[in-house]
Amino acid sequence: MIELVDVWRTYDVGAEKLHALAGVQETIDTGEHVAIMGPSGSGKSTLLNVIGCLDRPTAGSYRLNGREVAGLGEDELARVRREEIGYVFQSHHLVERLDAVANVELPMTFAGVARSERRPRAMEALIEVRLQDRASHRPSELSGGQRQRVAIARATILRPRVLLADEPTGNLDRTSGEQVLDLLGGLNAGGITLLVVTHDVEVARRAQRVLILEDGRIVHRCAGRDLTSLADALGSAARAPADLSG
Amino acid sequence: MSALDALRLAATALLGRRWRSVLSLVGLSIGVTAVVLLTALGAGAQDFVERQFRSLGTDVLAIVPGKVETSGALPGFGGVPNDLTLADAAALRDRVAGVRSAAPLVIGNDTVASGARSRQVVVIGATAEYRGVREFELRAGTFLPEGEWARGKPVVVLGSKLARELFPDRAAVGARVRVGAWRLRVVGTIASQGVHFGIDMDQVVFVPTSMALRMFDRSSLNRVALRVLPGADADRVSDAVTELLVERHSEEDFTITTPDAIMETTGRIVGMLSLAVAGIAAISMVVAGIGIMNVMLVSVSERTAEIGLLKAVGAAPRQILGVFLAEALALSFAGGAIGIGAGLLGARVLAALYPAIAGDPPAWALAASFALALFVGTLFGVLPARRAVQLDPVAALAKR
Repeated sequence: MIELVDVWRTYDVGAEKLHALAGVQETIDTGEHVAIMGPSGSGKSTLLNVIGCLDRPTAGSYRLNGREVAGLGEDELARVRREEIGYVFQSHHLVERLDAVANVELPMTFAGVARSERRPRAMEALIEVRLQDRASHRPSELSGGQRQRVAIARATILRPRVLLADEPTGNLDRTSGEQVLDLLGGLNAGGITLLVVTHDVEVARRAQRVLILEDGRIVHRCAGRDLTSLADALGSAARAPADLSG
Repeated sequence: MSALDALRLAATALLGRRWRSVLSLVGLSIGVTAVVLLTALGAGAQDFVERQFRSLGTDVLAIVPGKVETSGALPGFGGVPNDLTLADAAALRDRVAGVRSAAPLVIGNDTVASGARSRQVVVIGATAEYRGVREFELRAGTFLPEGEWARGKPVVVLGSKLARELFPDRAAVGARVRVGAWRLRVVGTIASQGVHFGIDMDQVVFVPTSMALRMFDRSSLNRVALRVLPGADADRVSDAVTELLVERHSEEDFTITTPDAIMETTGRIVGMLSLAVAGIAAISMVVAGIGIMNVMLVSVSERTAEIGLLKAVGAAPRQILGVFLAEALALSFAGGAIGIGAGLLGARVLAALYPAIAGDPPAWALAASFALALFVGTLFGVLPARRAVQLDPVAALAKR
């Protein structure tokens, strides 16, 4: 369960203050599948980073599974990231000098999983994403879709309760994208809370709920199945240009 | 995360930028090699000095006028000591048990000339007993005549090279030379002995002690050289000498030195010197440490995105610090090990080329230079590692 109460994230840009998040109020239940949409610079990624404990809110309260995490120190945040959250990025962020299975092992290294246990568990995770025959390939030897599947295996290796995906299909062709989305959908069906930042209506439509952000605020909420067009998705952002300039 | 995990991650990173890693550890190993080699040279020099003193025999005492009040002052300075006289030397010879020979010595400089040839030389006033103190071979003739010390016959014994130079085409023995204002008859020449404590023994002249006292218009001997009987205890003889001279001078205005004592002092000086030189070499290790820091800083900035990822997958600050420190430590460990190996090899090569000053690098130098390499690597690895820890994960992940 993710509870955000009046969450602000403010950057100092010279003398000015830039509000990437300006009072976000939202509750996401365990096991939900939520898509976050909005124009560039609307605060989608910042919201995801705050939820993922990579970033801390400047003000407001963020309770993750009933625990206030907004004020935690670095060590505690690292523990939360390790134990409760998996992250999938638009660019896979695999470590190039490690092969696929070693990349999947990485989180276990920091979590203190016994060495003898790591390799079998990582192999299992690769089987789940159907990449067992690519285990010893370097990221550069894998296709984009394969890389993203390795990244998903890595993100879920410690069985987090929340999986965050920032434009997970942004760099993929449709077929690879579908595979990745099916994989994420399957994980969500298995009980994991799934948050996907996207600007692809097709991706967002798979979600139970869609949050539309604009200027750091949630301006629109709807069910994924009700999302019909990009204009609908972007809501007020798709208004006439004259409106935008005003 | 265990230390082994950190090292394995470090190893993949170091191998990923092989050349830069190698170059930075070469810098450090050169520093370690220099320290090892220089301490080996220092040890060799110390050995050399020791061998020089050993060649004097450890059963020889030297009594010089003047009391060394504090260690470090040279005998002969400070205070106005009584003269150390021929009579003192005779008393030592006759009344101290365990003395094999005692030779009263006066040392000065003067011109020695034969015809048109003249040379500035070291003149040593000695007696026949000197050969009983320091054994050396004669080339021709005899050494200074035995007998009454006070008489001081006008005779001279020449060093081998000096004899050759003054008398290139005829025998020196029997000829006459001028030493200063004195005309002396050459009674013998000594065989080549080489340099001893800065005095080229092949270019000295020996004259009778009382002759030398008159020559340099002095009342005091420079020293009495005294050799103990085989089996006699040098310390006990030294005590007896002290007792006798205090009785004669009614104060302790002289210093007794043994080769052991001199050796100790000189050894200490040589030791300090080699330590100082090794210290300078150690500075080069600090420079090498800065090289490692440079490589590590580049490593951190090159791998910003990776650090962001490590944070995203839940690596704690301490663990990230560990990963980068392990890299610096692995570099400095390898640098230290290679440096020690090269240093030992270099010492062997030096020993083969210059056997006279060959020495093994002392164990403490090996340990210290290795420890310093590790310390320097870690010290200069901390800053880049801290920089990695402090990276903002969001900004780090955004960077490609």
